[in-house]
Amino acid sequence: MKKRPWLATPYAVWVAGFTMIPLLVIFQYALTSREGAFTLANVMAIFEPVHLKALLFSLEIAVGCTIICILLSYPLVMAMRRLNMGRQGFTLFILILPMWMNFILRILAWQLILSNNGILNFILQKAGLLPLSLANTGTAIMIGVIYDYLPYMVLPIFNAVAEIDEDLVEAARDLGANSLTVFCKVILPLSVPGLLSGIVMVFVPSMTSFVIADVLGGGKLQLIGNVIEQEFTKSANWNMGSGLSVSLMLFVLISMAFTTKNETEGKSSSIW
Amino acid sequence: MQDVILQLDAVSKSFDGKMILKDFDLEIKRNEFVTLLGPSGCGKSTTLRIIGGFEKPDGGRVLFEGKDVTSLSPDKRNVNTVFQKYSLFPHMSVAENIAFGLKLKKKSKQYIDDKIAYALKLVNMTSYARRKPASLSGGQQQRVAIARAIVNEPEILLLDEPLGALDLKLRHEMQRELIKIKKEVGITFVYVTHDQEEALTMSDRIVVMNKGIIQQMGTSKSIYDEPQNAFVADFIGDSNIIDGIMKQDRLVRIQGVDVPCVDEGFGRDELVDVVIRPEDLVIVAEGQGYVRGMVVSIIFKGAYYEIKVRAGEYEWSVQSVNPAQIGAMVGLTILPDNIQIMHKPLSEDAEVTKEDE
Repeated sequence: MKKRPWLATPYAVWVAGFTMIPLLVIFQYALTSREGAFTLANVMAIFEPVHLKALLFSLEIAVGCTIICILLSYPLVMAMRRLNMGRQGFTLFILILPMWMNFILRILAWQLILSNNGILNFILQKAGLLPLSLANTGTAIMIGVIYDYLPYMVLPIFNAVAEIDEDLVEAARDLGANSLTVFCKVILPLSVPGLLSGIVMVFVPSMTSFVIADVLGGGKLQLIGNVIEQEFTKSANWNMGSGLSVSLMLFVLISMAFTTKNETEGKSSSIW
Repeated sequence: MQDVILQLDAVSKSFDGKMILKDFDLEIKRNEFVTLLGPSGCGKSTTLRIIGGFEKPDGGRVLFEGKDVTSLSPDKRNVNTVFQKYSLFPHMSVAENIAFGLKLKKKSKQYIDDKIAYALKLVNMTSYARRKPASLSGGQQQRVAIARAIVNEPEILLLDEPLGALDLKLRHEMQRELIKIKKEVGITFVYVTHDQEEALTMSDRIVVMNKGIIQQMGTSKSIYDEPQNAFVADFIGDSNIIDGIMKQDRLVRIQGVDVPCVDEGFGRDELVDVVIRPEDLVIVAEGQGYVRGMVVSIIFKGAYYEIKVRAGEYEWSVQSVNPAQIGAMVGLTILPDNIQIMHKPLSEDAEVTKEDE
């Protein structure tokens, strides 16, 4: 087939205009002081205790969210594997249905559910249980990010698992593997490309999100995303905000490189 | 040879209301090479999957050395399967694939290494231990799949059309190898195929199946030489199957001509199926022989010519080492020994079906 590189022109223009140039602008802000002189202070500001604390908290949320999403995804995907095509489609439809609802609306709904006089505590009290104070806690933020990003974990893992030939499962059973062994030795290793895509798609946005923390954390708990947002809006210190963004980007790139390091053979995950 | 290792007792199975197996009985003896042969949809693969534990029968029992294993899952049966699509684990090397079952049985590393070396030698794949399945050809992958199954020392090896995806030459080579491997490891083979030549070449015993029913069971020779009904005759090799009328013992009327045969015990004037193998018909000069017809086509097949002779409504298939002239009138003759007379099928199930693969 003839190569037609010019077909990529619209995308190239888009990338240049809306990815490369803004990125360069951010780098420029990050590496200069307000006076315009070159400095590394903005980038190194990530190591200030208050920023470091926000970064570690973000990491906690992102890692926790990613792990819980993985733990929720596999059982669901294994259950879906047994369904026929129509039911699989319906289950996927139900799964992504909330994504068609406005993002802010979904988070506000969680605020209503989790607040101290909210729906969850109402139900708990009716059931004769002690109320929980989840509002404005790390747990609330965690629930929010998991709710929001779970489909991004389920979909790539489902695609990977659905591709695994049933014959391989039968071959493993035939050779003496019980269901757990089949999962550990066949399903899990063969779904690694999907798993890695899922990790990238969940870890990165949950690491850098700030709206969920704003609404469900009550503004008291700060993710690194919130700190950056405030540098741009409240403090109007674009240089500092850009500097922190750049360090965060480097941090994410390094952790992703670490995650995908082993993925060398042909089938790389869809993101990298 | 006499003890029965596996017994299927009145096994039934249907999918979506369609009956696949009906009260299926089968006994397999230790160390036997049994082939289940039949067209697609005849229930042969389902039978194998029931033995392997991948399908549960709706009714009936599976007895393994006299013990009921009907409800045991595949991992609890001392049976291993070689699948048609090889089904090697793509993320493991050849050696890891072969070691899979042994590792699950917690065998020592030394034992596993020895077994891998032995199995790879058995299937002529010694230098491929570290390769990934994707880098192997179909034939090589199937060798690995066979090695992977036999290292577990199963009592029975189940082979589900294992050579179906290979080209003809490779298939012949693998047939010989399978016989060699069978001799070497001395385990019971249950082989499923729709390829009659494969079945005739390798089996101690062939079970010809159609529509979930055993049509005939026996050695390759008895199945080929003495088909018990028109289905078997049609499915095994090429045959001329034509209506006949039994005039008396050892005399059958075909196309209005009385032809001597060797069959006895049919009713007088009973309608029968007459089976004649193409290689048994002999072309003679017009006016001689029993049948008079015209040569309508001739195809060179290498070792012989395949000649069609039209006589009345019927087109005879003849295999001959001598060519014939298209349009020529000829006679056909046959020795009484080579005529096979069969009762007309009583039920529809035993009727000849042309289900081409």
